[in-house]
Amino acid sequence: MSWGWVLASWDWLVFCNDTVSGERVSGCIGPIGEVTYFEWMLSAWGWTLSVALSALVVALVAGSLVGIARTTSNRWWVGFGGGWTELFRNIPLLVQIFLWYHVVPALFPALKAVPSFVLVVIALGFFTSARISEQVRAGIQSLPRGQRYAGSALGFTPSQTYRYVLLPMAFRIVIPPLTSESMNIIKNSSVAFAVSIPELTMFAMQAQEETARGVEIYLAVTGLYFLSAFAVNRVAAMVERRVRLPGTAGTK
Amino acid sequence: MFMKTHLIALGALILAATGSAQADTLAKIRQSGSISMGVRESSGGLSYAMGDGKYGGFHVELCERVLADIRTSLRLPALEIKYQAVTSQNRIPLLQNGTVDIECGSTTNNAARQRDVAFANTTYVEEVRVVVKADSGIDSLAQLNGRKVATTTGTTSVQLLRKHERAGGINFDEVFGKDHAESFLLLETGRADAFVMDGQILAASISRSKKPSGYRILAEVLAVEPIAIMLRKDDPSFKNAVDEGLAAMMKSGELSRIYDKWFMRPIPPANVAIGLPASSATKDAWTAPNSRPVEELGKR
Repeated sequence: MSWGWVLASWDWLVFCNDTVSGERVSGCIGPIGEVTYFEWMLSAWGWTLSVALSALVVALVAGSLVGIARTTSNRWWVGFGGGWTELFRNIPLLVQIFLWYHVVPALFPALKAVPSFVLVVIALGFFTSARISEQVRAGIQSLPRGQRYAGSALGFTPSQTYRYVLLPMAFRIVIPPLTSESMNIIKNSSVAFAVSIPELTMFAMQAQEETARGVEIYLAVTGLYFLSAFAVNRVAAMVERRVRLPGTAGTK
Repeated sequence: MFMKTHLIALGALILAATGSAQADTLAKIRQSGSISMGVRESSGGLSYAMGDGKYGGFHVELCERVLADIRTSLRLPALEIKYQAVTSQNRIPLLQNGTVDIECGSTTNNAARQRDVAFANTTYVEEVRVVVKADSGIDSLAQLNGRKVATTTGTTSVQLLRKHERAGGINFDEVFGKDHAESFLLLETGRADAFVMDGQILAASISRSKKPSGYRILAEVLAVEPIAIMLRKDDPSFKNAVDEGLAAMMKSGELSRIYDKWFMRPIPPANVAIGLPASSATKDAWTAPNSRPVEELGKR
């Protein structure tokens, strides 16, 4: 068996098949009311990006706030931040998704009406926020202590010190690990299939069953995941370049 | 170096997924004195894990009986059966690459799969049906228009629902469980108004639920699918041997007794009966053995 044989057995046009009749649609885009696997995959990609990007917003906001809380001088805030971080990073992601989907609504029946998309965004966002809070905390604590004192000496309130002195530096320092987290969230969004979000992983599992063309389907889905994560990487690299300050880490 | 290892691994994966291995299973059995049987973890009364690494079910027992016949005809002193759990995603690649030699699960015989594998004569005809809560007041599929309908990712029922929507102009709000237990949980917790799945899986889920009387299976049948033991393609001698063994049991009535053992009487591990009598379609398949795919069954 040669590689040529393997390649010849592929059938990429399977994506042009109609999702109900299984018949090939010319042009790969079905008329109104018909959907091809190609169109379905694009819609699934849209769901993956929606889940990931919404969760990223939740994660960045919550993670930054919690990370900052952990560096304040108020021990209640420090304790809250530590508890948050340990709670959300010590439970497996899939278990957290199920907790939000099955257990929390059982305790608070009002949550049953909340769409699973929102619950997944919360679950994925909070999970990632625990990791981001750790990075933000590390970024702030990596600054010399003198910076905080300098803020106080200028008569800044604690929040002004964070706003004008500490955070601008700390966030620049943690851009590289935040980039990894942002790429991770794209990949981690694949667990959303478990709670009925029609994203790429669910598309792959279902479409390979229907078409018996698992290799083509999984290769295409792999490509889209790679493309999405890599795009995030490039955007982050651009941000890193744009905000770089002369005389600090990362500059020549 | 790292890159290279990965490429090799990827190559192996692709080969495993598309390649075909030994096509003469009888020779493989004779040489090795063993056979690898693909089984399912949780396919209702057809094939399931009983705990302690043991597998049982209607199709598992049929395979064991057929293999005992094959052992006799090959005059082997012993034939070791290795049980290998498979999933709906990996069962075809594992059969093709020789990891399993015979799959005794709950695989629908359809034309798309017949390009890659062969099927023994149909031993069970599945009816896709709908379960609702007994007090829901839902009596027909049409009443589910606009309501939440659960089914399991990676099953033919998902496509079936889509077909019904397009043909009947109705619109279900579909929710997907990642396995049958979770799909049933969606119904139980009220996240779904109905669960559409193979009748025997529904019957088994109900029998294992906290309150079996709380659920009702609708009379409507969405689709009829032949389920069969799956074999490697282009291996006629093995298929003949399996079909002969099945035919003998169909004729003697033994098959019907084995069916009742797994579907009508209490089965381990919970010792609860599924309670699903053989349908007339299933009995037809026993009286006129055939391996026609679902597409031809529908045309009859």
